[in-house]
This record gives sequence, structure tokens and C-alpha cells, in this order.
Amino acid sequence: MTQETQIPAQDLPHDAALTHFAKSRRNQLIRAAVIFAGIALVPLAVRDTYLQNVMILTLLYAAVSQCWNILGGYCGQISLGHALYFGIGAYATSVLYVNYAVLPWFGMALGGVLSAAVALLVGKLTFRLKGHYFAIATIVIAEIGLLLVHNWDYVGGALGIQWPITGDSWATLQFARNKLPYFYFALVFLIVTWLITFKIEDSSWGYGWRAVKDNPEAAESLGIEVFRSKMAAAALSAFFTAVGGGFYAAFVAYIDPESVMSFRFSLLFALPAVLGGIGTLWGATLGAALLIPLTEITRSYLGGSGSGIDLIIYGGLIMLVSLMKPEGLLSLFQFRKGRPA
Amino acid sequence: MSAPSVILETIDVTQRFGGLVANSNVSIKVGRGEILGLIGPNGAGKSTLFNAIAGARIPTSGRILFDGHDITALTAPDRCRLGIARTFQVPRSFDSMSVVENVMVGSFVRASNAREARQLALETLHFVGLGARVEDPAIQLTPPEKRRLEMARALATAPKLLLLDEVMTGLTPSEARLGVELIRKVRESGVTVVMVEHVMEIVMPLVDRAIVLHLGALLAEGKPTEIVRNDAVISAYLGDRHRAA
Ligand SMILES: Nc1ncnc2c1ncn2[C@@H]1O[C@H](COP(=O)(O)OP(=O)(O)OP(=O)(O)O)[C@@H](O)[C@H]1O
Ligand SMILES: [Mg+2]
Repeated sequence: MTQETQIPAQDLPHDAALTHFAKSRRNQLIRAAVIFAGIALVPLAVRDTYLQNVMILTLLYAAVSQCWNILGGYCGQISLGHALYFGIGAYATSVLYVNYAVLPWFGMALGGVLSAAVALLVGKLTFRLKGHYFAIATIVIAEIGLLLVHNWDYVGGALGIQWPITGDSWATLQFARNKLPYFYFALVFLIVTWLITFKIEDSSWGYGWRAVKDNPEAAESLGIEVFRSKMAAAALSAFFTAVGGGFYAAFVAYIDPESVMSFRFSLLFALPAVLGGIGTLWGATLGAALLIPLTEITRSYLGGSGSGIDLIIYGGLIMLVSLMKPEGLLSLFQFRKGRPA
Repeated sequence: MSAPSVILETIDVTQRFGGLVANSNVSIKVGRGEILGLIGPNGAGKSTLFNAIAGARIPTSGRILFDGHDITALTAPDRCRLGIARTFQVPRSFDSMSVVENVMVGSFVRASNAREARQLALETLHFVGLGARVEDPAIQLTPPEKRRLEMARALATAPKLLLLDEVMTGLTPSEARLGVELIRKVRESGVTVVMVEHVMEIVMPLVDRAIVLHLGALLAEGKPTEIVRNDAVISAYLGDRHRAA
């Protein structure tokens, strides 16, 4: 005997509401297809190599921030240590390729699995912590990871790993002159992470995660396993962040600890989503489209990343957003997910 | 299916907070299908007992039996799946979500996909009278609506036992009448209800039985008509209220 048979049937069967919702979901997909198709056409117009590089990085950061958003935006666990997972992906892919001739495609997958396992371990240690303590703990753990890699000769220590120079090939993801393949890889990666987020939004995991973010006690009273939810979000987020790291390693063909695991990266993964709209479908992409070109251009003018000026800018941006527009820039456009516009 | 007539039993439940004893050897039984009122002065330990029953906090000592299970060591989500649902004295809505999404969190306990969860949530929202607000952000609800939302969320899990912590607080008389009607409807649908309430004019006509807590301990239990005439209850709790009313 179930409850639904006992609720009086006087009410409408809600078909209209369900159909309306299904239609709004379909419209979101169509809108996404148009936006991504538009992005795919951009390099046909923009031929400049430097600008294409900036676009590749923008797409990559958008995708990784989309991954960060799964844990930070939907599940509400603000990680400032995602450089650790990015680094694990970059290093796993590089070590496997350079030392064992394992193709980067497998390297990215293995790096993803390793990264998810590490995320579960980190989660076990930190998910009992609340709010700021959790964020601080993730910073510390990522810094410990950075130190370990620095002093680990097997993975190149402070010198890092140089990928060998080979001919252009999709198998090895090496393209010396024409950077377009990287652009389309990064775009597909962004589309995949977007689709995963889209799928999650209307699933038991998605609703559960948002419940955990909004009010863990109430979530528990409704059957949500809070700790397990956080662990699942962390593992998924870390897996795809590592895939991004593996791709980045193949793209730049040379990595060292600072260039994939420094705190700067953790900030750059969190910021686009925070800036654009935390816990939204488009926040990470919008935020990255504004932020990454800006940082790349200032970087090439200010020279290098060692100055720390960029960190000051990011910190300022975070404060600005949280004071002026905590829901992110996307809220200016008023097309919030799930709700008819 | 022969169900025992007692759906919930607490045995010597004691909850200490440091030196404070919020529940002291509380043993109560709740009959299947009844509406039980849990009353007592502020700080008597009513919400604490709810937390023990719903699994929000494992009591210092004592046992809790529910529907043939010893649930003393079970977590809150486990107890929810067994059929215990609750509202919170201070509403805890999911404020980044819409009204229907709030309720879907509950209906996913029994739905096998999102469409079914949404359908169940919509049905439950119409049942509690929030059918006109399903797409609104939960944060925009008025306090009485938030209490209804909490009831909808809890009911969406298809509970056998529903714990209501002061859901009538702050309602106007006409809203309270609707609330009473709703609770009767819930019981008619086969759900056992335990409700904490301070407004005697509301509780007493509604409940089949009342249990009075005072200073963490059981003070009295019985039919509403017996409780209002109980000397101990009058001097500990009802006295001032009756004069005030
Ligand atoms: N988490 C806690 N830590 C310490 N003391 C607590 C805690 N929760 C409740 N108490 C104390 O336990 C006692 C019982 O509180 P409880 O909330 O159960 O009372 P109540 O009967 O629900 O009162 P009210 O009618 O005001 O809601 C109070 O003295 C309260 O201060
Ligand atoms: Mg209380």
C-alpha cells in the first residue's frame, strides 16, 4: 500500500506542469547547442595564434570551473585546492606518456581515477569541517601535494617533465603548429562537463546536493546521506578536473609543479563559477569568458605569474562579487535554470 | 499484514547536554493512526524528543522502537526511509531551490526518476494547498507557507509517522483552521501524527491523546479532556495559559 493512492484524486494529474518543465529543459538544450555551435565557428574568423591560445585556455578554464562548480556550486563545498586534482591529471598523463609511452587518452582516464580516489581520501579528512575551515583545509592539502611533487624526483621534482617532440597526431594529442585541434578538444570537454551538469541538475543527485548545500540537517531528515553525497560530488568533480589537467599537459607539452599545481590555479578554477553564477549551468562559462582573456592579457603585459599581482586582482574580484552580486553576473540576465524565463 | 497497534515506542530516553537533562527517562507509546499531542512549557524537552525519534541526535541513553524495528542506532536518513518524517520548529527550507524542487528532495525517497519525483511533489503540494506556488523560489514564501512547505516535503517521503514541531505557530485563526483540516486529512490518509503545539485551543480538539513533558520528564498523559483537568498539568503549564485565554 503506497501513499500516492491515498492522496485524493481531486487534483489535476499535473501533466501540464510536467510537460511545461520538459519543454523548458529542451529549450535549455537547444540554447546550449546554439551557443556551442557559435563558439565552434569563432576560430574560423580568428586566425591569430596568440588569440587562439587564449581561447583554448578560456574553454579549458570554463570546463574545469564547471567541474569545480559540481562540488562548490551544487553541493556547496567550497574547495580552494582543486589545483591538486588538476596536477594529478597533468602529472599522471605526463609520467605515463613520457616514461611508459601510454597514450594521453588513457593517461587522462587513469589520472581521473587516481584524482577521484585522492578526492575521496581528502573528503574523508575534511568533509566533517564546516564552511571556512573546509576551504582552508583544501588549500593546505593542495599545498602539501605541491611540496611533495616538488621533492619527488621520479616525477621530475622542481624541473618538471618535458614531453618529447613528435609529429602532429590525435593519438598523442601533439600538434606543433596548428592549434585548432586543441581548441576543439577543449570545446568538446566543456560540452561534456556542461551536459553532465545539465543531467545532474534534474536528478536525485542534483537535488540532493543542493539540499546538502542549503541545509544539511533538513536534507538528512529527508533521506539524504549527507556525507556520501559530498563524497560523490567530490569524486566526480575531481575526476573531470584531472582530465582537464591531462589535456593541459598535452597542450603545453611541458609541466612543472608551479605551472599546474600552484594556488593560483585553485583560484582560477573557482573564480569563473563564482563570478558568473555559482551553482548555475552557465556561470562557469560566462565567468571564464570574462576572466581568462583578462588574466592572460594582463599576464603578457605584466610579464610572468610570479609577481602575485594577478592574485590580488582575483581576490579583489571575489570580494567585489560577493559584496555586489552574490548570485553572480548571470543573475543580471535572469535566465536562471529550471525556472521559466 | 498484521500491524502492531503501537507504531512508535521510546524506552527510557535520556538526553543530557552537559549538566542539563533535556529528556529524562522518557517512555512513550504512539498508536498507529492516532494524532498525539506533545505539550509542555518552553524548554520542557519536546523538540529534543523529536530529534531523538527522527535520528537528528542519538540520545545519551534509552531505546527507540519503530514499526517493529529497533531504530536506536539508525541515522536520520535511515529512519526517513523506514517511514519517519518531521518538520523543524524553525523552518529549514532549501532557499536556493523552488518550492517544487524542495519537495522533490523528499519524493526522491520513493521515486525512481526525476519525472516521477516531480509528479509526486506536485501532488503533495496540491494536497497541502501550495499548488499555486510550485514554481516560486522557496525563499519568497511567507512564514506560514514555509511551514506548509515543510509539511509537503515531509509528506512527500510517504511517511508512516509524521512529527510536527509547532507548525501552527504564528498562523492567523483562519490559517490555523486550514492547518487543522490539513492535519486531519493527513491522518485520514493513514499517517500517524505526533504534534508539538502550544496553542491549546488548536491542539486539544484535534488530538486523540496528549502527552505532557515538564523539565524533561513525562508529567502526564491521557485524553485531552483528562489533561486539561489534571492538577499537575494545570500548575506546571496550563494554569497561566487558561487564565490568559
Ligand atoms: N543542542 C543543545 N545543546 C544544549 N542544550 C540544548 C540543546 N538543545 C536543546 N537544549 C536545551 O534542552 C532543553 C530542552 O529544549 P527543547 O528545545 O527540547 O525544548 P522544547 O520543549 O522544544 O521548548 P520550546 O517549546 O521552547 O520549543 C532546553 O533547556 C534547551 O536549552
Ligand atoms: Mg521546541
